[in-house]
Amino acid sequence: MAALRSGPKALRSPLCRGFAGGGSRLAPERRAERRDAAPGGASRFCPPRKSRHDWIGPPDKHSNLRPVHFYIPENESSLEQKLRELRQETQAWNQQFWANQNLSFSKEKEAFIQARLQARGLGLGAESGPKATLSAEDMADFYKEFLSKNFQKHMCYNRDWYKRNFAITFIMGRVALQRIWNKLRQKPKRTSC
Amino acid sequence: MAVFPHTLSSRLLTGWVGGCVWYLERRAILESPHKFMHLFRNVNKQWITFQHFNFLKRMYVTQVNRILNQQVKPKPEPVASPFFEKMSSGEAKAEIDEMKSLSSPSLSLSRKPSEKELIEVESASVIESSVDVGKEAKEEKQWKEMKLHLDDLPGILARLSKIKLTALVVSTTSAGFALAPGPFDWPCFLLASLGTGLASCAANSINQFFEVPFDSNMNRTKNRPLVRGQISPLLAVSFAACCAVPGVALLTWGVNPLTGALGIFNIFLYTCCYTPLKRMSIANTWVGAVVGAVPPVMGWTAATGSLDAGALLLGGILYSWQFPHFNALSWGLREDYSRGGYCMMSVTHPGLCRRVALRHCLALVGLCVAAPVLDVTTWAFPVVSLPINLYISYLGFRFYKDADRKSSRKLFFCSLWHLPLLLLLMLTCKRRPGKDGDKEDAQS
Repeated sequence: MAALRSGPKALRSPLCRGFAGGGSRLAPERRAERRDAAPGGASRFCPPRKSRHDWIGPPDKHSNLRPVHFYIPENESSLEQKLRELRQETQAWNQQFWANQNLSFSKEKEAFIQARLQARGLGLGAESGPKATLSAEDMADFYKEFLSKNFQKHMCYNRDWYKRNFAITFIMGRVALQRIWNKLRQKPKRTSC
Repeated sequence: MAVFPHTLSSRLLTGWVGGCVWYLERRAILESPHKFMHLFRNVNKQWITFQHFNFLKRMYVTQVNRILNQQVKPKPEPVASPFFEKMSSGEAKAEIDEMKSLSSPSLSLSRKPSEKELIEVESASVIESSVDVGKEAKEEKQWKEMKLHLDDLPGILARLSKIKLTALVVSTTSAGFALAPGPFDWPCFLLASLGTGLASCAANSINQFFEVPFDSNMNRTKNRPLVRGQISPLLAVSFAACCAVPGVALLTWGVNPLTGALGIFNIFLYTCCYTPLKRMSIANTWVGAVVGAVPPVMGWTAATGSLDAGALLLGGILYSWQFPHFNALSWGLREDYSRGGYCMMSVTHPGLCRRVALRHCLALVGLCVAAPVLDVTTWAFPVVSLPINLYISYLGFRFYKDADRKSSRKLFFCSLWHLPLLLLLMLTCKRRPGKDGDKEDAQS
């Protein structure tokens, strides 16, 4: 889970004027304008140079989760860095779990339908064709089986998810307080930023 | 527990401009295959139903002899697999048809679907070339800056707090308040309603905070604010705290401590018991039913200050109502629940699911008879409420016997109007001191 992702995919993006995430390939002046941590894998997106916020994308086609491009400010504190890294790691972990979950669901469902139809004799009967189907009740057997098979996996996932969610939110709170505190400290000194 | 109005879901077909498709009954419309895939046929009770589709995805369900069929083989890309829910547009106004994911029994197919299939494949291949280019550009546009605009905040918070559900909860609280004996105290009524509303907002926000990845994977919930990144988890929790604290304070000091205690208890029950339990055991449905039953009890205790039999009766009616409502709803969501890891009766114990729904429909009849016995209403109430109770029991029975999408939908939609009507009848038949049973209810 590298904080900065390089790769040809980022360069291909037509919208990318300031590159996000491919530090090693960029001229230093561009790199300074915006630094990002791209979500792992397939994203080709780079946010506009001037943006100082995270960006969230469309749902991933396997995991249905929306990837986030994290903005890395220049004066990122260690706490902010810790938060960002935790969020990135959680994002990757979630992505992996759900993509895997959805793909296995899909595969097993297909396999189940094939098996059931074969057990009944696919191609039997005047009205059947290339699109023989299964009833809701048959599918219900599959859903029940799938759920019980994955129950333990979900228990572990739930526990971890709750822990991570609380941790992320708690650190977010600390970061917010830290920022407020910094602002309050800077005001009386009237430093120019 | 939530009440969901019926809506159509929108699916996207890759790189394609979609059209709207409406569910039509007993109408035969045939359009030649153009860009838009409108094709309706009604031959011998057979039809093809399209889901509302737009851009990138399409999924359809064929209906033969009033039974729904789900295809075995997904179509070749880019036509989306019916089994697989991919979402590529954050812009899509995803509304939900809870029933769509069901597949159904039959090896009997007609030539109509296969004709349609040909048309689809043709169009699919035509557009395929333009897909990739369009897709990338589209994907770029779908990235959103995670910057909170204050203009959007009210809308976002409304969705976060499930404002419609909250409104329903507040109305059951008001009904409980109005049904309680004693003079109607407006300030107390308003404080109780506001306090309950705030408590409900808080509970709903925390629920969404806990369930982000699960919500992302279910059609019904994939457009919630936290899922879409419109608000940060920190802000969601802060909002929940900002609702819970004043809400409970209002109930405790503005109304009475008993109501405040019930408020905190309900928030705790919903967020810390029901929400995690959803993924652990089917017992969540019973816990959720209690969560739904507490608001009218709160309304009653706000008015009387004590937890008497009438309060418990009202709670009992709401408790029983939850089962036909939720079990019927969950019947159509089995696929999503299974994939998402939710332990629901409809998936793990389908027979129990239907039995419990029927059982509680019948229990409603009994509870309505208990109302005059406990001096909550006059004897007119069980009589006038009998038709609607019998009707919902009949639908519960049909659901029990048929166990299909159609009967579950009917039961669900019936429950949506059954409850408000029942509460209204209760209010009009309220037992008043001096036995003026026909007096108009001044509060409504």
